[in-house]
Amino acid sequence: MEYLPNVLFAIALIVGIGYFTKNVKKLIRNIKLGQDVDVGGHKSQRWKNMAMIALGQSKMVNRPIAGILHIIVYVGFIIINIEVLEIIIDGLMGSHRIFSGIGALYGVLIGSFEVLAVLVFIAVVLFWVRRNIIRLKRFWNSEMTSWPKNDGNYILYFEMVLMTLFLIMNATDVHFQAMNSGNVVSQFIAAWFDGVSESGLHLIERSAWWLHILGILVFLNYLYFSKHLHILLAFPNTYYGKLVPKGQLNNLDSVTSEVKMMMDPNADPFATPAEGADTEEPAKFGASDVQDLNWVQLLNAYTCTECGRCTSACPANLTGKKLSPRKIMMDTRDRLEEVGKNIDANHGEFKDDGKQLLGDYVTHEELWACTTCNACVEECPVSIDPLSIILEMRRYLVMEQSAAPVELNNMMTNIENNGAPWPYNQMDRLNWKNE
Amino acid sequence: MSELLKVPTMAEFMAQGKQPEVLFWVGSAGSFDDRAKKITKAFVKILNSANVEFAVLGTEESCTGDIAKRAGNEFLFQMQAVTNIEVLNAYEVKKIVTCDPHSFNCLKNEYPGLGGNYEVLHHTQFIKELINSRRLAVQQDVYKDKRITFHDPCYLGRANNEYDAPRDLLKLINARIFEMRRHKQTALCCGAGGAQMFKEPEKGDMDINVLRTEDALETRPNIIATGCPYCNTMMTDGIKAKEKENDVVVMDVAELIANAQNL
Repeated sequence: MEYLPNVLFAIALIVGIGYFTKNVKKLIRNIKLGQDVDVGGHKSQRWKNMAMIALGQSKMVNRPIAGILHIIVYVGFIIINIEVLEIIIDGLMGSHRIFSGIGALYGVLIGSFEVLAVLVFIAVVLFWVRRNIIRLKRFWNSEMTSWPKNDGNYILYFEMVLMTLFLIMNATDVHFQAMNSGNVVSQFIAAWFDGVSESGLHLIERSAWWLHILGILVFLNYLYFSKHLHILLAFPNTYYGKLVPKGQLNNLDSVTSEVKMMMDPNADPFATPAEGADTEEPAKFGASDVQDLNWVQLLNAYTCTECGRCTSACPANLTGKKLSPRKIMMDTRDRLEEVGKNIDANHGEFKDDGKQLLGDYVTHEELWACTTCNACVEECPVSIDPLSIILEMRRYLVMEQSAAPVELNNMMTNIENNGAPWPYNQMDRLNWKNE
Repeated sequence: MSELLKVPTMAEFMAQGKQPEVLFWVGSAGSFDDRAKKITKAFVKILNSANVEFAVLGTEESCTGDIAKRAGNEFLFQMQAVTNIEVLNAYEVKKIVTCDPHSFNCLKNEYPGLGGNYEVLHHTQFIKELINSRRLAVQQDVYKDKRITFHDPCYLGRANNEYDAPRDLLKLINARIFEMRRHKQTALCCGAGGAQMFKEPEKGDMDINVLRTEDALETRPNIIATGCPYCNTMMTDGIKAKEKENDVVVMDVAELIANAQNL
C-alpha cells in the first residue's frame, strides 16, 4: 500500500499523456488531409521568423496592453513549468521537493515562480475583465457566441485555478515554509492558514499538489478541443508562414499548363496525352472544401486563437459587412474537425456528407466582400493568412461554377475582349496623350 | 499643352534600334479613367522634364490581369500575363515603372513565375531616384505649409512594404504631413481592392471609402495625397459623400511634384 500514491500518479500521467498523444496524432492526420505545398528552402529565414514572432512575441506588442499582459502569461507559463518537472519526479519517486537539495538556487527559482504566478494571476484577471466587463468589441462579434466565447473564459479560469493551487501548495508546505527560502509570496498566504493543525496543513498541501498536477494534465488534454492550441502550434505556424511579399498571390500551376497549351501555336488540341503523362482526373480549380486547401492553411486554422485582431482591422467587417477573417479560420477548423470525425466513424475513409466549407460554413456574401487588402494578414500575431483561403474559394466559384457577381463577370468579359476592365477599345489606349 | 508631352512608344524605339531607359506601364485606369489620365500626364511631364528616355507600349499594352486574379479568375489572369510577357520580352524590357500599385505588385511579384522578370518600380520610387540622382529638382514653396495627409495604397504599403518613398517626396515639397490614426501597416483600405472597384459593395452599415475619408478628415487636411488611381477615385467619392469637395482635394503624389515644378 505504501506505493499506492506512486502507482496512481503513474497511471494519471500515462492516461493524461496517452490521450493527448492520441489527439495529437489525429490533429496531424487532419492537417495532412490538405494538399501538398512547397515549403522547402529558406530555412534560416523560417527559423528566424519562428524565433521572432512565436518565441519573441514580436507582433503581440503591436497592441501594447494585450501584448504585455500576454508576455507575462507566456513567460510565466513556460518558466513555472520547470516546477512541473519536479512534481513529476516527486510523484513517481515518492520524494518531496527533490530539487531542494540544490541549495540557495532552489529558493531563487521557487521565489521567481511565485512572483510570476502572482503576475500571471493578475494578467489573467485583467484579460477576463477585458472580455467580460469592458467587453472589447472584437470579443463580441457574431462568431464569438456559445463555445468560442465560453472557451476563452474557461482557459482563463483554468489558469487562475492552477496559479492559486501552486501558491496554496507552497503556503501549506510546512517543511518548505520552515526553509524560509523562496517563499516570497507564499509566506503571506501561509498566514491565512494560521491555526490549522500540522496534519490539516499536510492534507491541504497534498490536495493542492494533486489538483495542481491533475489540473495540468486536464488542461493539456483540453488544448485539442480549444482555441488554446496556439500555445503549441504558433511555433510550426510561424515557421511555415508566408515569406514572399504579402501582395504576391500564388499562380496556379494547373492553370499555367493549360494556358501554355492554349497559347502554343504548335499544340495539337486533339492530341492524346503522351505515353506516361499524367492521366489523373483533371485538377479542381480553387477550393470548395477543406481537403482542397493546402496543409499550411489547415495548420493555420488549428493555430487560430480567435483573438480577432484580423477582424478588428478588416475594412469589410468595420463597415458592417458579414466578412470576418477570424470566422473564415474558425469555419475552416470546424469543418476540418467534422471531416476528421467522419473519417473516424467510417473506418478511415471520408464518406460524402453532402456538406462542404463553401456554402455550408462560409457564404458567398462573405467571400465577395474581401478587398484583398492584407490587413488581416498583417495583424495576425502568429502568421495566419485568411486571405489565401478566401482567394481559393473565389477561384472555385469563378472557375468551377462561373458564380461571380454579375458586375465582375462584365468586368472580366471586358478584359477578355478588349484588354481593359472597362469597355474601351485597346486601340484607344494611347489616346490620353493627345487629349 | 498636349503638344508638350513626349510619349514615345516601344515600337518607335525599336524602329530606331534603341532601348529606352525604362518602360512606363500606364495601366488600364491610367489609360482610360478621366481622373487617372491626369495622373498619367503629370508623371509624363516629370519624366519629360528630367529627360528620362522612357517608352510606353501604347496599343500593345493590355490589362495586367491583376483584377481578374483577385476576383478568382486565374485563367484570365494568366492569359493576360502570358500575352503581356510575350510583348515585354520581345522588346527586351528590363525596367518598368507604373503609377498603379496593383500593376506594380502584379508585374513585380506575380509575373516572374510566368517568365516575366523585370525590375519594377512604383512611380514614387522612380521619382525619388530621379531626385536623388539630381536629375530632377523641386521647388519648395508651392505647397509650403499646406496640410497634407497620405493615404497608403494597400498594394504599395502592406503588400510590398513601401511606406517611405511617397512620404519622402511630400517632405521635399515642404508640406506639413499629418498622419492618420491608421497609417502605414495599419492603414485602412480605400475599399477598391480585390475587384471591389467593379462591383457594388455587400450589405453593411457604411461604405469603406467613407470610413477611410473620415480617417483622413480627422487630420484636417488641405490635400489628401495618395499613389494609386483607384484610391484616388474612392477618396474623391468619399470627399463628395462628406460634402467637403470645396475644402479638400485628393491628389496623386506625382501631381503634387509636377505642380511643385510648375510643370
